[in-house]
Amino acid sequence: MNEPAIADKFAAFEELIPPLTDLNAPYREALSRGELILQRCKSCSSYQYPFESFCYECGSTELEHKISLGQGSIYSFVKVHQPYHSAFKPFIPYTVATIQLDEGPRLLCAMLELTTEVEIGDRVTPRIERITASESMLTYELEGS
Amino acid sequence: MKSLKQKYCIVGVGNTAYGKNPGISQIAHNVLAIRAALEDAGLSAQDLDGVLTKAPTSTFPMLWGPKIAEALRIQPKVTATLDQAGASNIGLIQYAISAIEMGQAEVIAISYGDNPRTGTRASYARPRGDDALAGLFGAPSSYAMVAKRHMHEYGTTNEQLANVAIAHRTHANMNPNAQFQELFTVDDYMSSRWVAEPFRLLDCCPVSDGGAAYIITTEEKAKELRALPVYIEGIGQAHPSWDFYRRPELATSGAKIAGKMAFESAGLQPTDVDFCEIYDCFTIVPLISLEEYGFVNKGEGGSFYEEQRTHIGGELPCNTSGGLLSETGMPGTQLVVEAVRQLRGEGENRQVKDAEVGLVSQQGGIMTTHATMLLSNQGVHQ
Repeated sequence: MNEPAIADKFAAFEELIPPLTDLNAPYREALSRGELILQRCKSCSSYQYPFESFCYECGSTELEHKISLGQGSIYSFVKVHQPYHSAFKPFIPYTVATIQLDEGPRLLCAMLELTTEVEIGDRVTPRIERITASESMLTYELEGS
Repeated sequence: MKSLKQKYCIVGVGNTAYGKNPGISQIAHNVLAIRAALEDAGLSAQDLDGVLTKAPTSTFPMLWGPKIAEALRIQPKVTATLDQAGASNIGLIQYAISAIEMGQAEVIAISYGDNPRTGTRASYARPRGDDALAGLFGAPSSYAMVAKRHMHEYGTTNEQLANVAIAHRTHANMNPNAQFQELFTVDDYMSSRWVAEPFRLLDCCPVSDGGAAYIITTEEKAKELRALPVYIEGIGQAHPSWDFYRRPELATSGAKIAGKMAFESAGLQPTDVDFCEIYDCFTIVPLISLEEYGFVNKGEGGSFYEEQRTHIGGELPCNTSGGLLSETGMPGTQLVVEAVRQLRGEGENRQVKDAEVGLVSQQGGIMTTHATMLLSNQGVHQ
């Protein structure tokens, strides 16, 4: 099997990969396959991210993983100009958005290499970028771009 | 809400030099500020029954209160370190009042001191755990996310944010201990560099060394002391708590509930307030705070600042010593110190005329915590 191609500019994000835990491993494996998964509570059907061992809504410990299309809209965003970390330097200014997922949870996500200005309310869709042979990162782009 | 009935007073305030202060350790900032506050009150360290503190932002040492007590050469009955970020310094007053009410203490020092300007400040821009890959580092980006949402919901503009920074700088210009005193215009603001849009550099408070402290005691004890007592009229707290981007509403804060609690406890209204000292780590925060407290309608904070109604001499002077934006970026203790000085008539050329009631607003995290305190010099002008 051929190793997937990794663009140099994304390899630098390896340093920012958080430690692997029992909780985030399924999410990371899914992302590496090119899929986004969320947790869903078997008791109250709420979706949640980030992953925990219980449901924030009802407290149940019965949770399952569900593949998500990751679609949603921008709730708020900022355009970062400050080079806080070298991995993001090639993308400055880059956008970080609070994404309101259609399933309910909100998440923070980078929107890199945007070619048009974004606005609150814009529909967005995931763009998963490979960092290493086994790790990928979630980014977002405008729907239809 | 139970009334405090003016039973508790702030009887001494003190601070170290703000800004760049090399060679002064974190503990020295605390001890020097406490000793200055004791001197101000006419007390000595041996008079203290309690030492309460907020941990330095740049590091998070364990048992910090006892360490400060040791450095003061005392073994107090009451000591604690509170973790409410920028709202800790009012939360600690509440803890002090509890200790006095329980008969455990009569005189308590509260302090904060840190040296992130000349010491370490690595913790200021640390990646936020699993969010590091999202590219969100440091407080400015997070508060900018709040500001963007406020602009979207209420039409708040960058010019209005500029006017917050300008109003507080105008006051810092009259404060020789302010870290930044040089005046600037809206054009200067507009040409300052972007940090995280919608924030430019001048929307952000500086990183500062410094220490500040105050002494809390009973009204009876206060009457024996030389300084004009400043009465604690009401305290309120409310904590939005959740990670900011997951909160149902982003362009709000705990000020609404904390403020209502403080006003009810004091038996006062927003119209009774002569000036405010508002936590202004970023320009958006005072706008939201004024709105949530009910000084202006929701969404009108920006125009209130733009019309210069918050200047000294205006209808509600805010951040009379320059606030976090200009006096010192320290997390809030200094706001209490300035409110006390105003109420004692020690504001020098920045004195708010006939100031009788002041509001101190503190919040921490990304508007994660909130505390409000109303102070007065009741009796002075009678």
